[in-house]
Amino acid sequence: MAEPSAAPAAAPLVSVRDLKVHFPILSGVFRRRTGAVRAVDGVSFDIAAGETLGLVGESGCGKSTTGRAMLRLVEPTAGTVRIGDDDITTAPPGHLRRLRPAMQMVFQDPQASLNPRMTVMDIIAEPLDEHTRLSRAEKRDKVLDLMDAVGLSADFAGRYPHAFSGGQRQRIGIARALALNPRFIVCDEPIAALDVSIQAQVVNLLEDLQARFGLTYLFISHDLSMVRHIADRVAVMYLGHIVEIAPRDDLFAAPLHPYTEALLSAVPEHDPAAEATRQRIILTGDVPSPARPPAGCAFSTRCPKVQPVCRTTAPATVVTAPGRAVACHLVAGPAAAGSVGAS
Amino acid sequence: MLTFTLRRLLLSIPTLLAISLVIFLILELAPGDPVASMPLTIPPEVREKIRESLGLGAPFHVRYLLWLKAFFVTEPLHALDALLGTDFAAGSQRILSFQSRSPVFDIIAERLPQTLTVVGMAYLIGVLIAVPIGIISAYRQYSWFDQIGTLIAMLGYSVPTFFTGVLLIVVFSVHLGWFPSIYDTTLVVDSWDSFLLQVRQMTLPVAVLALYNAAQISRFMRASMLDNLHQDYVRTARAKGMGERVVVFVHVLRNSMIPVVTVVALGVPGVFGGAIITEQVFKVNGLGQLLITAIYGNDVPMVQTLTFIFAILIVLFNLVADVLYGLLDPRIRYD
Repeated sequence: MAEPSAAPAAAPLVSVRDLKVHFPILSGVFRRRTGAVRAVDGVSFDIAAGETLGLVGESGCGKSTTGRAMLRLVEPTAGTVRIGDDDITTAPPGHLRRLRPAMQMVFQDPQASLNPRMTVMDIIAEPLDEHTRLSRAEKRDKVLDLMDAVGLSADFAGRYPHAFSGGQRQRIGIARALALNPRFIVCDEPIAALDVSIQAQVVNLLEDLQARFGLTYLFISHDLSMVRHIADRVAVMYLGHIVEIAPRDDLFAAPLHPYTEALLSAVPEHDPAAEATRQRIILTGDVPSPARPPAGCAFSTRCPKVQPVCRTTAPATVVTAPGRAVACHLVAGPAAAGSVGAS
Repeated sequence: MLTFTLRRLLLSIPTLLAISLVIFLILELAPGDPVASMPLTIPPEVREKIRESLGLGAPFHVRYLLWLKAFFVTEPLHALDALLGTDFAAGSQRILSFQSRSPVFDIIAERLPQTLTVVGMAYLIGVLIAVPIGIISAYRQYSWFDQIGTLIAMLGYSVPTFFTGVLLIVVFSVHLGWFPSIYDTTLVVDSWDSFLLQVRQMTLPVAVLALYNAAQISRFMRASMLDNLHQDYVRTARAKGMGERVVVFVHVLRNSMIPVVTVVALGVPGVFGGAIITEQVFKVNGLGQLLITAIYGNDVPMVQTLTFIFAILIVLFNLVADVLYGLLDPRIRYD
């Protein structure tokens, strides 16, 4: 990571503003709407071209939903997502389909996300049928090129997904995502279903492809060490909110939000001496239901440093340094920095 | 796949032999006497003569083996003779009906067309209605269309055909007079008018059976579509930017058809078996009606032969379903 990974460049490729995804809860005989699961509740961030933004958080915090909503694979309830000059959230269906080539997704489960009745060739070539006017031979060449780029032998083109291992299937998924020369790819836990040895291969492949094709990634993961490896900046999500977003090195060196601290304290050290002295912050209790989020700060029910104000008022997101923002009452803005113990 | 099919065909021979023996023994154990319905004025010794002339004098294993020989050797030879004009069978004993004393297979050949036109058409129409209803119901789950479709499927599935049949007769034949209530087998279709007449007389029995079939298959189709609609690969297809038409008809439908095709294939033997009750209600003299009258008349050779043919069809279409599974789903390989 040679480039300075602080603030995104002047014009970000992807910009998300106040994105909300609420799923209705239908109940009763007539299936009336009785509430909403606030899976994503007001998320804003930018991703610069060529950058990798890591999105971390525990299960059920809304990471995947954020990624899907950005590509309109689930309908956002409110907010805007812009990729380049195009507003994704308001595009009518026909227009949206024409925007699809620019934004793609690598899915979490490489087994389920590939149609079992299509060969690898069909799976990778299908978007080319829909969005390009290549001849049959050109398509075939393109598919074989893509398979080569992700490290799959051309002999496998006629095989069905079930004949591959998990890592190979994920390579198929990546080749499929690359077929239309996208600018932006959401990687939705692309390595969570893979063995550790295969995880490294896939992550390295993603990095190589990023360098080769100038891709921009949103890398969703709960594996902090992997995010530390691949991401330029990291956003931490908790219960539908981004609690902290910062350049990778800053975040891992000095987390500002209590939740980020607790999360990082759970990462094992590879050095046994350091591991022996690692202080774990154990959070008690469960994540509140996103259907009934707590009043005030979402983290207030489990926060080790909770203050009375946290239970009543939701903290505003303050920018503490260029490219770094935190939503916590304990952290003041850059002007008042130091007045409250900013750990 | 070929070795699998051949293996299964070979394996089905002992299965079918066992089935034929079980059928024979059950009929042997069942009470009833083919001469019981004859006039009481026939003296007992004449009765005994008649019984012997029907072949009932021999012990049961001899009768069973004779029937096997007739079914597997004599009857195919007769069919060959009839087709090619040869003379292989040369007066050997065919399977004769106790009731009419004419060959069982000749009677079946007379009855088969009625059953296939009425019950077969009903099955075809049932499938053709059920598949689109299932697709739309699943795609618009809990919509008005789905709710009404569920209601009609419930009705079609739970109301017996002897009730819907009589209901349709009362409404459309008695009150409105649109369709005949009795199926006329002697009608020869040779002109436009007689064709229309044929269509009209088929309408009610076909409607009754098609409703029943469609109710069943549309539920299968809907469930299978719902299973697949929420799969990850469907989201992948949308992420690729494929149109809804391609997503639903290429990705979802093709994967959803696998269980439905199996169910449809397994239902085909039922078509040949006829619809005993519906054929009875509309007086269609098909195979179902033939079987029921043969049971009433203690016509053992007829019941034995018909039941065994149904057994063959069921075994055969089970194999067809398995082979279709292998063709439709690349994950299933039989070699």
